[in-house]
Amino acid sequence: MSENFYNEVLIDHNLHPQHLHELPGATCSHAGMNPSCGDEITLHLTVQDDIITDGAYTGVGCAISNASADIMLDLIIGRTKAEAAHLTELFMKMIGGEITDAELDELEEAGALQNIAKMPARVKCAVLGWKTLRYLLDEQ
Amino acid sequence: MRNTKSDFPVFAAYPDIAYLDSAATTQKPQQVLDAAAHYYREENANPLRGLYDLSVKATDAYENARIAVRDYIHAASKREIIFTRNATESLNLIAYSWGRANLCAHDEILVAISEHHSDLLPWQAVSRETGAKLRFLECGKSGLYTEEDLRKALTPETKIFAIAQVSNVFGRLNPIREFAEICHKNGTLIVCDGAQSVPHIPVDVQELGVDFLAFSGHKMYAPMGIGVLYGRRELLEKMPPFLSGGEMIEYVTRESATFAELPHKFEAGTVNVGGAVGLHAAIDYIRSIGFDEITKHENALTAYAFEKMRGIPHVNIIGSEKAEAHLGIITFTVDGVHPHDIAAIFDADNVAIRAGHHCAQPLHQYLGVQSTVRMSLALYNDERDIDLFVNTLKTVRRRMGLE
Repeated sequence: MSENFYNEVLIDHNLHPQHLHELPGATCSHAGMNPSCGDEITLHLTVQDDIITDGAYTGVGCAISNASADIMLDLIIGRTKAEAAHLTELFMKMIGGEITDAELDELEEAGALQNIAKMPARVKCAVLGWKTLRYLLDEQ
Repeated sequence: MRNTKSDFPVFAAYPDIAYLDSAATTQKPQQVLDAAAHYYREENANPLRGLYDLSVKATDAYENARIAVRDYIHAASKREIIFTRNATESLNLIAYSWGRANLCAHDEILVAISEHHSDLLPWQAVSRETGAKLRFLECGKSGLYTEEDLRKALTPETKIFAIAQVSNVFGRLNPIREFAEICHKNGTLIVCDGAQSVPHIPVDVQELGVDFLAFSGHKMYAPMGIGVLYGRRELLEKMPPFLSGGEMIEYVTRESATFAELPHKFEAGTVNVGGAVGLHAAIDYIRSIGFDEITKHENALTAYAFEKMRGIPHVNIIGSEKAEAHLGIITFTVDGVHPHDIAAIFDADNVAIRAGHHCAQPLHQYLGVQSTVRMSLALYNDERDIDLFVNTLKTVRRRMGLE
């Protein structure tokens, strides 16, 4: 890991999360658990006519899981469920170290987490919010 | 104490590392590596059954290791020393063999709240199976268990009490001898998890009066995959086998078997002779330095780290406020920074420490913390390791954008 692994994007989303709050009116919620550390993040979404109109998360996580969830919500709010599912698969591809440059562009700020692919111990932190999202999308 | 770092080849391979995760596993000295290699090069055969010279050599190597362990923990007989894979397997053996045969509904199992999951989950399983009630002995926030607490927690139904001699989170030494006495007056057996004590302080099972003691070789400079269960002979004699198969029988018919005598009754299948030989060498290594030197050195380093940590704002040490109540283990949190992020920052600076719940989730829930960071020492650490650790610790909040 390099000295600047915690880059500005990560630090900023961790210190000043936009989406860390309760979500009254959420249409679905799910608690995702990171079994390696016991961290838990609950993802709340408001889905109307196939579009994710709002979203938030609550719970305790490390900087990587918090920032990852916050960036994810920035990215998916206002998108359709299918688009969100597509981005989820791209994110998983990036963490698996198999993403193309064009696909990386689609992930926008979430690309700040690309180097997690080289830190196996933190992969579960980075994907916690995304796996919870995938669960909610599959469930609907 | 002489500088022992040069005995450990890993520090030649990683000269810059400050390895402060010895409570998870220790590094291995050349003496241990040589002993295990010598066994595989010159004495390897399947022990205990072979009718030829090489197998006798392997058997001797294995049984000599058992004698070394007996002497190391001052057991009365080598029959009381069972080789296992690790402390976890030893504790499972007690729970499944003794627990299933001796516990029933209305009985109680008492477990200290600070126990490692390996000394809790087997008891949870046996409790579910037998209907025996699982109860907890709670400690103060400093990790202190008093004799009074124990007396109050014991009931006429308490059949067994499980507690570590040194907690892997607090690093605090529990008064096992006094606890054993209180338990025995109540007709309760005491199981002691020695994983964090046996590598660092002299342990005498007869003086402590424990009924069972479990520990791992890999936390005391030996290879991974070798552990020990000590049990009082009368108890082990009456216990049914845990695993069954080869090497642990006397006579087998189509429907039944008579089992081998202690300790082989509990050592099914081909055993880990290389590991046992490595453990023997590790015991010799510890003895060549001596506990007087080891404890003095480790305690001085703990105090050195403790004082420096106390001077850093926003660092909170878990457990006692006194350095001497931390046996080479200091667990802590940093305000505003998640332990996994702290560990990542230490890693960037080549300092190896542990973060998480340290396999003690109920304790963390009890203390009201999600997870913590732990630094832990062994005899090879020096002041430079602590200085590197402290220098990084001072920068954690700044590097997370908090200062």
